[in-house]
Amino acid sequence: MVTTDTAFRIERLNIFYGEKRALKEVNFNIPAKAVTAVIGPSGCGKSTFIRCLNRMNDLIPVFRLEGKIEYDGMDIYSKEVDVIDIRRQIGMVFQKPNPFPKSIYENVAYGVRIQGFNKKESLDNAVETSLKKAALWDEVKDRIHESAFSLSGGQQQRLCIARALAVEPKVILFDEPCSALDPIATAKIEDLITELKKDYTVVIVTHNMQQAARVSEYTGFFMMGELIEFDNTQKIFTAPSNKMTEDYITGRFG
Amino acid sequence: MDTKLRNRLYDKSFYIVGLFATLFGLIVLLTLLIDITIDGFSRLGWQFLTSYPSRKPEAAGVLSAWVGTVWVAAMTVVVAFPLGVSAATYLEEYSKKNWLREFIEINISNLSAVPSIIYGLLGLQLFVRGLNMDRSVIAGAMTLAILVLPLIIISTREAIRAIPTTIREASYALGATKWQTIRNQILPAAMPTILTGTILAISRAIGEASPLITIGALTYVAFLPTSPISLEFPYISLKGLFDPFSVLPIQIFNWVSRPQKGFWIDAAAGIMVLLIIVFFMNGIATYLRYRYEKRMRW
Ligand SMILES: Nc1ncnc2c1ncn2[C@@H]1O[C@H](COP(=O)(O)OP(=O)(O)O)[C@@H](O)[C@H]1O
Ligand SMILES: [Mg+2]
Repeated sequence: MVTTDTAFRIERLNIFYGEKRALKEVNFNIPAKAVTAVIGPSGCGKSTFIRCLNRMNDLIPVFRLEGKIEYDGMDIYSKEVDVIDIRRQIGMVFQKPNPFPKSIYENVAYGVRIQGFNKKESLDNAVETSLKKAALWDEVKDRIHESAFSLSGGQQQRLCIARALAVEPKVILFDEPCSALDPIATAKIEDLITELKKDYTVVIVTHNMQQAARVSEYTGFFMMGELIEFDNTQKIFTAPSNKMTEDYITGRFG
Repeated sequence: MDTKLRNRLYDKSFYIVGLFATLFGLIVLLTLLIDITIDGFSRLGWQFLTSYPSRKPEAAGVLSAWVGTVWVAAMTVVVAFPLGVSAATYLEEYSKKNWLREFIEINISNLSAVPSIIYGLLGLQLFVRGLNMDRSVIAGAMTLAILVLPLIIISTREAIRAIPTTIREASYALGATKWQTIRNQILPAAMPTILTGTILAISRAIGEASPLITIGALTYVAFLPTSPISLEFPYISLKGLFDPFSVLPIQIFNWVSRPQKGFWIDAAAGIMVLLIIVFFMNGIATYLRYRYEKRMRW
């Protein structure tokens, strides 16, 4: 089945918010240098899951994790691991475009600056390269010092992607990156994701099944906190082995 | 009478009461302003701004008073702003939610309601006597700083709370530490609101006479605190901090309590100077808020 290298190895993952269990006994491997989609009805734990991968959930006081997540062979929740380091290697793009209230340039440069690189040349370089990778450079190169809020929603989301790329991560996590965008902007982001998988491991949460089918090689289907099925995207969408998966992708619920 | 009709009547009467209450406030304020302007306008001028107080009302001016007000206001900001912003940042970002934090929070909101003369007594005991600062600019500024500290802390916390979590998340997701996130994203984004709150707090403080009278600020000052800038090395001097001073409200208070009519006119002109300073500061605050609302669209 899965033959590529593994990026994340998830073992018996259980997540709790206080007393409430949000994920139950999740086990699977996320392959490296491929796009893995996470689908499922809303409230099933997709965001909870993806935010475990870069430890964003650490910010929630009532959050508790049981089980193990290994990235590149290391247990990312072990005491010896620096969470800052994890988040540098594993970038994230959120549901709603969330640029900083600063210029386009400063948005992209920020992640580089906080690592202590302040030389103008290296910053300029990082900004240009990242914006090019995010297919935004041509649209903004003449107004790089204008506020990020002057951009359209789709451009803002690509700016957020550029901002994540500037840190030179190995993995990029997307949590419903297109749910606030129109179809044209969505198509651009999807093209970009397809482009990114050559160099990055990509995990994308989406409630849009066509999107999952279009961009991903692998798909995991979650329901009520459980991973129901994980397989090649094509298999999931043409011949799912679980009845619930079939019902979901044929639109019988969710 | 049926309920519908009664409710409509209530509605109407409330509207009328509210309208009258608003108009009443406005009219009183306007009358005051006009009255003061009529009285004081003739005195207001270059000579008034550049003269020391005098025994003769026609020769008296507010030079030492307005310079004192500027000194004290500036030093109050220097003391209260960093303290207030740090305290608010600590409470909002670092402190654990426990009894200690609750205790501090309750006390801060209570402090903002304490009559200002109490701060004067505190300043007298702590700064003037305890720390031997005497009746100096710095003693006055420290006293007013404590007076405005709760206001600055409260408005800073509100400003920080208004920053959406998505901004925090964006910063953390790039591998920023907590301090980097606060320093580079939270505080800069909150700054216009923090500044607005600070300016409003200071403009309240510069109208205060009682705490400064309590600590013994002088009512008759015919000199200025040592200038902070000089033409000789080392060019900058903090000696002025330790000089005695007066401020506009005290000078006004002093003039009003004189029997001669001429001093009442001086007082009216002094009030105008104070009002102009306060209006100016409020103008800056309004401008900042306006710019902020235009710039930030989350
Ligand atoms: N911060 C939180 N505190 C408590 N419960 C939460 C929190 N975040 C999410 N949940 C709960 O966890 C479950 C999964 O939510 P989420 O992961 O956001 O689902 P999805 O992204 O699939 O819509 C939901 O029942 C939600 O109410
Ligand atoms: Mg979600």
